[in-house]
Amino acid sequence: MAEKRVDEPTGTETMGHEWDGIEELNTPLPRWWLWAFYASIAWAAVYVVLYPAWPLIDRATAGALGWTSTGQLEQELAKEQARKAPLLSAIAATPIERLADDPRLMQAAIEGGRSAFKVSCVQCHGSGAAGSKGYPNLNDDDWLWGGDIASIHFTIEHGIRQPDHDETRMSQMPAFGGMLSPDQIADLTAHVRTISGQQKADVAAARGAELFAQNCAACHGPGGKGDRGLGAPNLTDAIWLYGGDAETIGQTIANSRYGVMPRWSGRLDPVTIKMLAAYVHSLGGGEAMPKSQMAEAEGTKADGQP
Amino acid sequence: MVSPEDLTGLKKKSLYAKREPVYPKAVTGRFRRLKWLVMAVTLTIYYVTPWLRWDRGPYAPDQAVLIDLAHRRFYMFGIEIWPHEFYYVAGLLIMAGIGLFLATSAVGRAWCGYACPQTVWTDVYQHVERWIDGDRNAQIRLAKAPWTASKLARRLFKYAAFLAIAIATGGAWIFYFADAPTLLRDFIAGDAPFVAYATVGVLTATTFTLGGFMREQVCIYMCPWPRIQTAMMDEKSLTVTYKEWRGEPRARGTKKATLVDLNRGDCIDCNACVAVCPTGIDIRNGPQVGCITCALCIDACDRVMTQIGRPRGLIDYATLEDCRTEAAGGTPKPLAKTIFRPRTLIYFTLWAAIGLAMLFALGARTRLDISAQQERNPIYVRLSDGDIRNSYTVKIRNMEARPRQVEVGISDLPEAVAWTIEGSREAAEGTVPVNVPADSVAKVKLFVAAPAAGPQEDDFVFTVRSLDMEGATATVESRFERPEEGR
Ligand code: SF4
Ligand code: SF4
Repeated sequence: MAEKRVDEPTGTETMGHEWDGIEELNTPLPRWWLWAFYASIAWAAVYVVLYPAWPLIDRATAGALGWTSTGQLEQELAKEQARKAPLLSAIAATPIERLADDPRLMQAAIEGGRSAFKVSCVQCHGSGAAGSKGYPNLNDDDWLWGGDIASIHFTIEHGIRQPDHDETRMSQMPAFGGMLSPDQIADLTAHVRTISGQQKADVAAARGAELFAQNCAACHGPGGKGDRGLGAPNLTDAIWLYGGDAETIGQTIANSRYGVMPRWSGRLDPVTIKMLAAYVHSLGGGEAMPKSQMAEAEGTKADGQP
Repeated sequence: MVSPEDLTGLKKKSLYAKREPVYPKAVTGRFRRLKWLVMAVTLTIYYVTPWLRWDRGPYAPDQAVLIDLAHRRFYMFGIEIWPHEFYYVAGLLIMAGIGLFLATSAVGRAWCGYACPQTVWTDVYQHVERWIDGDRNAQIRLAKAPWTASKLARRLFKYAAFLAIAIATGGAWIFYFADAPTLLRDFIAGDAPFVAYATVGVLTATTFTLGGFMREQVCIYMCPWPRIQTAMMDEKSLTVTYKEWRGEPRARGTKKATLVDLNRGDCIDCNACVAVCPTGIDIRNGPQVGCITCALCIDACDRVMTQIGRPRGLIDYATLEDCRTEAAGGTPKPLAKTIFRPRTLIYFTLWAAIGLAMLFALGARTRLDISAQQERNPIYVRLSDGDIRNSYTVKIRNMEARPRQVEVGISDLPEAVAWTIEGSREAAEGTVPVNVPADSVAKVKLFVAAPAAGPQEDDFVFTVRSLDMEGATATVESRFERPEEGR
């Protein structure tokens, strides 16, 4: 190491290092900077003792304060749960038909349903509830089993065509492939497309009309307007669950359809199911409750409350 | 250890000089009076403004000037600014900037010398100091004196006074951000939000240290403004100048009688100008960054000149150009010409134009605004009758301090109907009524349905119209989307 000496122009001691004639001056770090540095070291030491610091395989060392981020999360979740509890019990205590009477409650139910939908329903109905082929679009105004909030609630609760469940929405369309000839199926298809305004009436459609009256009108109604009691779709409107083109309609008649939906009672708690119904009802196709049922609900309410 | 100085005899140079305490002497005179006046006005504005009331009706706060961060409103007398109108604040800031250019190019560092908070509070603290410790000489004596009980008592009293002023300073600031009387009550009761206490704490600490101890250090080392100002001043800007051609050569202890000696300048080297300077500089060394142009040295020197029977103005406000003219024996330009010159006039025109434009824009505001966001998931829905429906979240801002009835309509979309989530399509008419609470934003979900036949993308307009005020409308363009042909 070279001799330490003082650099003339600056009056500063050198460090004794020299590279190619360039020397390093001894200009120590400012005292305040060093103190800040030492303070950070001390702070780090204290931190390591107080907080979880060393990563282990499945967790980190427990700090003296016993703080963990998961613990904090749990605390906050519990707090959130406690905050929501009164709202949830209010929803639980309100019959589904009466939910809309309290806008605040309804709004809370819709928001709760929105997040529950994201968990349980988007797999089939899509994140915006727009459905896809075979999975109904819940935004539109066409309902197979009823679009008032109680019907929606019933559908969510009991599912559609759940084999192990007595109360489930149940109906079955026969597969006409074995009963009708391909020509007859083509005639029927022509008729269905005529009543839904997709093509002009012709001879084939006229033949189909006869076949329809014999085979289909029992469920879909004489005019093809469907029957919500049976989940039989309205064949005259513009909405097709599986497709309204001739080929798809032919397939449907020949092979039938058997859409299923899980029942959510037993899997989701009753409040969540209520909130889901409120959310689906709010999407833009929800219908008002039929007068008769409202009167009934009024009755139960009067009976239930002394 | 051998220090480098010992070895070389060279002193280390430092860019930072340790603070020499400054004990400015009290002075009287016209600029000191002006300083009192500016100080009184600025402090009064600062302390009184939050307590002024302004009746805005039952739906808005009645504080004349209020920065309501929680509700994102800014109230200033009859003007209320919403966050989306922040350009008014930007405009004010630009005006403040140009205002400083204007003031600086006309009258030099007038802001520094009179209106800057650092100057004002330092001045306050120096007066308190003089009141407790006595004037300059007494202060110097006391600083050198050994620590006795009485010195300790004086010091404690002084710092207590400093602290009280600091608390009052920090305390007044928070009243701009909440209802002043309520906040004062809460603050004393200990119920005010934490941020209020934190703000008062920080501002108290900064006032105490900056005003009590650092003083001119702030101007010289911390403040960027002196550097910027140097760039904005030119030879025609007024500044405090020592007229060296008249004062030099200076001679100490001169009396009137000896002034006949023509080899002597007017400066009698009495140092009065240095003693009164709050930043502790000697103006006779020429213009310098430490000078805040408070003009107290002018007052001091004028007194001396009067006493020795010489004309005032040995130290004076002058432009560098005037200095040169005067040194060469000419007469300086009149003050009006110095102040009204192309550069200042251009600044003023700009400043006034922005101000007028803002006033005009403020006057033309409808206080009603609408924005619409289209639902993207799904973009459109086919209804059972074949029509296509899009849905929108429409926000209506009612910026007036009263609830309003408005109606939202759509136009430029043939055969379309709109309805809210509470209504139904069957009942939908031309417009949808909405009640918007006072001073707030109403958010409504609107469904719009139109026949499926039409362009895939169709621009149309949402219009909101106030039912209680003729002509108050706002519009926003939006888009209606249909499925591709053949679906
Ligand atoms: S106060 Fe005037 S006379 Fe006295 S030293 Fe300063 S410039 Fe000279
Ligand atoms: S030199 Fe004069 S004008 Fe400048 S700061 Fe000192 S007293 Fe004020």
